[in-house]
Amino acid sequence: MEIKLILNGRQVVGHVDADTVLLDFLREKGCLSVKRGCDTSNCGLCTVLMDGKPILSCSTLAVRADGHEVFTLEGLQGEAADFIGFIADQGADQCGFCNPGFVMNTIALLRENPDPTDEEIRAFLAGNLCRCSGYDGQLRGIRNYLNSRGR
Amino acid sequence: MENREYKTVGKSFRKKDAMQLLTGKPVYVDDITPRNALVVMLLRSPHANAIVQEIRTDAAKKVPGVVDIYTWQDVPQTRFAIAGQTYPEPSPYDRLILDRHVRFVGDAVAIIAAETEKAARKAMKLIKVKYEVLEAVLDFRAAKDNPVLVHPEADWFPPCEVGGDNRRNLVASEVSAHGDVDGVMADCDIVIDRTYHTKAFHQAMMEPFICYTELDRYGRLHVVSSTQIVFHTRRILSRALGIPKSRIRVEKPRIGGGFGAKQTAVCDVYPAFVTMKTGRPAKISYTREEAQISGSPRHEMEVRVRLGASREGKIRVMDLYTLSNTGAYGEHGPTTVGLSGHKSIPLYTGSLEAHRFSYDVVYTNLQAAGAYRGYGATQGIFAVESAVNELAEMLGMDPTVIRDRNMVKEGMVMPAYYGEPANACALDRCMEHCRQMFRWEERYPVRDMGNGKVRCAGVAMAMQGSCISNIDVGSATVKLSEDGTYNLLIGAADMGTGCDTILAQMVAECMDCRLADVAVFGADTDASPYDSGSYASSTTYITGKAVEKACTQLKDQICAIAAQMMGCEKEEVVFESTRVRRMDTDQAVSLADIAYKAQVGNTQPAEATATHSSPISPPPYMVGMVEIELDKLTGLVTILDYMAVVDCGIPINPALARIQAEGGIVQGIGHTLMENVTYDRNGRPIESSFMQYKIPTRLDMGHLRVEFEHSNEPTGPFGAKSIGEIVINTPAPAIAHAIYRATGVWHRELPITPEKVAMSLVEKQHEIQA
Repeated sequence: MEIKLILNGRQVVGHVDADTVLLDFLREKGCLSVKRGCDTSNCGLCTVLMDGKPILSCSTLAVRADGHEVFTLEGLQGEAADFIGFIADQGADQCGFCNPGFVMNTIALLRENPDPTDEEIRAFLAGNLCRCSGYDGQLRGIRNYLNSRGR
Repeated sequence: MENREYKTVGKSFRKKDAMQLLTGKPVYVDDITPRNALVVMLLRSPHANAIVQEIRTDAAKKVPGVVDIYTWQDVPQTRFAIAGQTYPEPSPYDRLILDRHVRFVGDAVAIIAAETEKAARKAMKLIKVKYEVLEAVLDFRAAKDNPVLVHPEADWFPPCEVGGDNRRNLVASEVSAHGDVDGVMADCDIVIDRTYHTKAFHQAMMEPFICYTELDRYGRLHVVSSTQIVFHTRRILSRALGIPKSRIRVEKPRIGGGFGAKQTAVCDVYPAFVTMKTGRPAKISYTREEAQISGSPRHEMEVRVRLGASREGKIRVMDLYTLSNTGAYGEHGPTTVGLSGHKSIPLYTGSLEAHRFSYDVVYTNLQAAGAYRGYGATQGIFAVESAVNELAEMLGMDPTVIRDRNMVKEGMVMPAYYGEPANACALDRCMEHCRQMFRWEERYPVRDMGNGKVRCAGVAMAMQGSCISNIDVGSATVKLSEDGTYNLLIGAADMGTGCDTILAQMVAECMDCRLADVAVFGADTDASPYDSGSYASSTTYITGKAVEKACTQLKDQICAIAAQMMGCEKEEVVFESTRVRRMDTDQAVSLADIAYKAQVGNTQPAEATATHSSPISPPPYMVGMVEIELDKLTGLVTILDYMAVVDCGIPINPALARIQAEGGIVQGIGHTLMENVTYDRNGRPIESSFMQYKIPTRLDMGHLRVEFEHSNEPTGPFGAKSIGEIVINTPAPAIAHAIYRATGVWHRELPITPEKVAMSLVEKQHEIQA
C-alpha cells in the first residue's frame, strides 16, 4: 500500500506491506541511523520522532506514519550538534550503536524539559539501553552541556 | 590524573570516530553493505540432542524468492572450531557448518538463502525435518562420564593436548599445584569449604551478530563482519570451507560492541558458504533472539574453594576446583577455565604457602559458551573473593584489613600466575584509596533505616592479564604522508573501546605530532599487519608496544632519508617533530620535504611495520566497594554507590579508561542482580529476549565513582597495562558480600534476584523459629 509522510522535512511517498515496520521502511529510505537492537521494544535503539514525540520504530507499523511527520537523526543533525560533543568528550559514545536512539530521545527530553535534573534525565532515558558506557558518562556529558548553556 | 611528562599520552582525547557515531553515520556492517544481498537465515533445532533422520526442502525451495536451501548433506565434512584463538587452537575441532547430529536447542539444521527475509521465513516453515530425539545432557554436574555423549563422533579432534576426551564429555581437564597443599591445609586453624555458581551470562552487545560476504573483483571471498578477530576469522573460514587463505579477505567496519562475543566466528560460515555456492552477495543478521539462544555467552561455572587460614587471618592455602560448562561445542572451553584459578588465587600471593587448582570442562546439550570480558576470571574471582569475605566475617575481621595483610604486592613473584612477576602493582594503594574515597569505616556497618530497609557495604579485589603471554601478537604499520602526517594501520579491532584512538595517541606521542595528524585504519586481512585481534585485554599492552616500536623504526628511516638529502650520515641528524636537523650545521629539512623525497627515486621506505609479543602478561589490579540498600520485605537490592580504584598502569586516555571501568561495573551489577540464564526441562532457553534477559538500565546502577592509582609497567607502552576486562570482576563478590551484611545469608549462586533474597529471609525466619 502507498503511504505519504514528511520524513526529515521532505514529502516522501512509499510502498509498504501491511506488516512493514517503520524501522525497516526508514532504513530502506536511507535513514541508516535507525538501528535494531531487539524485537521486543526493550532497547530504544530505533527511537525516532513522530509528530515531535519519541516512538520506537521497531514496534510501529510503517502505515501508522501515513500522513505524519517523522524525524530521524539524519534530519536533526543541527539540534544534536548542540550537545553531542559533550558526550564525545566523556568518551561515552563507545561502540556507538545505541547513540542515535539515545541522541533522539535526548532531543525529545530537552524539547520537553530544557533544564532537567539528573534524576529526570535518568528517568526520561531509562528506555535507552547502553551496554558499553555504564550510563554515567552519558549523564556527565548532558550535565556538562546544560551547565555550559547556563553560562 | 593527567601525566605531564607526555604531550598526547595520558590525556583524555575524544575517540577518533566519536562524531561519526554520535551523528548516526552509516558505519556498521548492515549500513555499508548492499541491501540486495541474499538474506541468509537458519532453521534451528527444537531439540537439545537429536539426529536429523530426514530433511525435505522441496516444498520450501518452491517459495518465490528462495534461491537455495542447504542441509548437512551439502557441506564439507571437515571439523573446525569457531573460537578466535591463535593456531593451534586449544578449542577442539568439533563443528561442521551443518551437522546431522544437532546438539542444542538452536543448533543449525538448514541454511536458507533467499531474495527477501519474507521468503526466507516462509521457506523455513516449509522445511520438513524428521528428528530422532535423543536423551540430552542438561545438567553439567552430571555430564562427565555420562553414558549420553554430546560428541560421539570419531573425527572429533583437539589440536592441542588439554586433557579432553569426547568419550567422557570432557573438553579439558588439568591439575596444577604449588607447595604442600594438604599439609598446610591440615595445619590451618580454619578451613572454609564453599561452592559458588555463576551462569552463562550474555554479552548483550547492542549490535547482534552480523556478517556480509561477496566475491570481490578477483573472485575472492570478501567478508565484512562485525568481528574482533579478522585474521582468525580468515583462518576459520579457510578450514571450514576448504579454500586457501589467499582467496579470503576479512574486514571489520565499526562494531556495535563485542565484549568477547565477537571473538568467536559465530555466524560467518553461513553467508560465506552461501556466497561460495551461489556466487552472490549474502548477509546474515542475527535477531536478538538468535543472539540469546545461539550466541557465545560466558561459561557457566561451579567453583569449589577450600581456603585454609590462621586465626589471625593469614590466608595460607587455597585449593580450587572448577567445573565449567562449555555447552554443545568447545569454543574457549579449555582456556576460560584456566583463568578461574590463575587470576583469582594470585591475589593472595602475599601470604599463600601453597595452592592447588584443578578443573574439568564438560560438554552439555546447551548453547555453546565462548569468550566474555573477564574470561573465567570473573567466575573465579566471585568464588575466591566471596570465600575471603566469608572468612573475614567468620573471624570478625574487617574484610579490607584481611586483604591488606594477604594481598599481592609489587615486586613479588606469583606462583599461581604462571610464576610471573608483579612488576607494577598498586593493589595496596588501590585498597587504601578506595577505603578513603568510599568512607569504608562509616559505611561498612549495617544501618537500619527504620523503614524495613537496611544499608551496608561490601568489598572485593580483582586482577586480570594484559595479553596471553608468549602467544598474542600485535603489529602496527606507520607510514609518513607527503604533508608530514601519518597513517597507522592495525589488525586490532576497535569494538567501541577506543583502541584506534589510544594507539593513534601513542603515534602522536612518539612522532611528536598532533593526534589529528594520525589517521587510523583497521582491520582488514588484506591491508593490516598481522594481529591476533582484540581480546585478552591485549590491545593497549601488545599492539601498543608494536606501535611504539614501529615509530622508533620509522623515525630512524626518516632520519636516513633526511641525512641523504643533506649529504651527511644518519648519526649526524636529529628528528625534531616537523623536521630533521643536522646537528653540526643546523641545516634542516621539513617532514613534508622528506616525505616527497621518499616518493622520488628513493629506495628507503618512509614506513615501518613492527610486531610485538610478550613473555609476561602484567596484571592490572582493582578494588571495588559497593553500598546497597536492601528491602527486607521484598528482597529488592538497590545499588546506591559503587566506587572503584583501578591500577591499569599508566592510563593512555583517562576518560576512555574510566568509561571502560564504569561500563564493566554496570555489566557486573547486571550479572549479580538481574541477568539470569535458565532452561526448561527440554533444554530450551527461557531468557531469549531483552524482555526476559534484563540488562541494567540507567535506573539500576546507582552512582559510580572510578579513580586510578598509577603504577608504571616497565614492559608496557608508556607504562600501560590493561583495563578492558578486569573491571567486570568486582561487582558480584562485593554485592554478595553486602547482601550477606544486610541479611546474614550468603548467596553463592548468581544472579541474586529479589526473590532469592526474600525467600532466604523467610527460610532464615523459619530456622530461627524451629
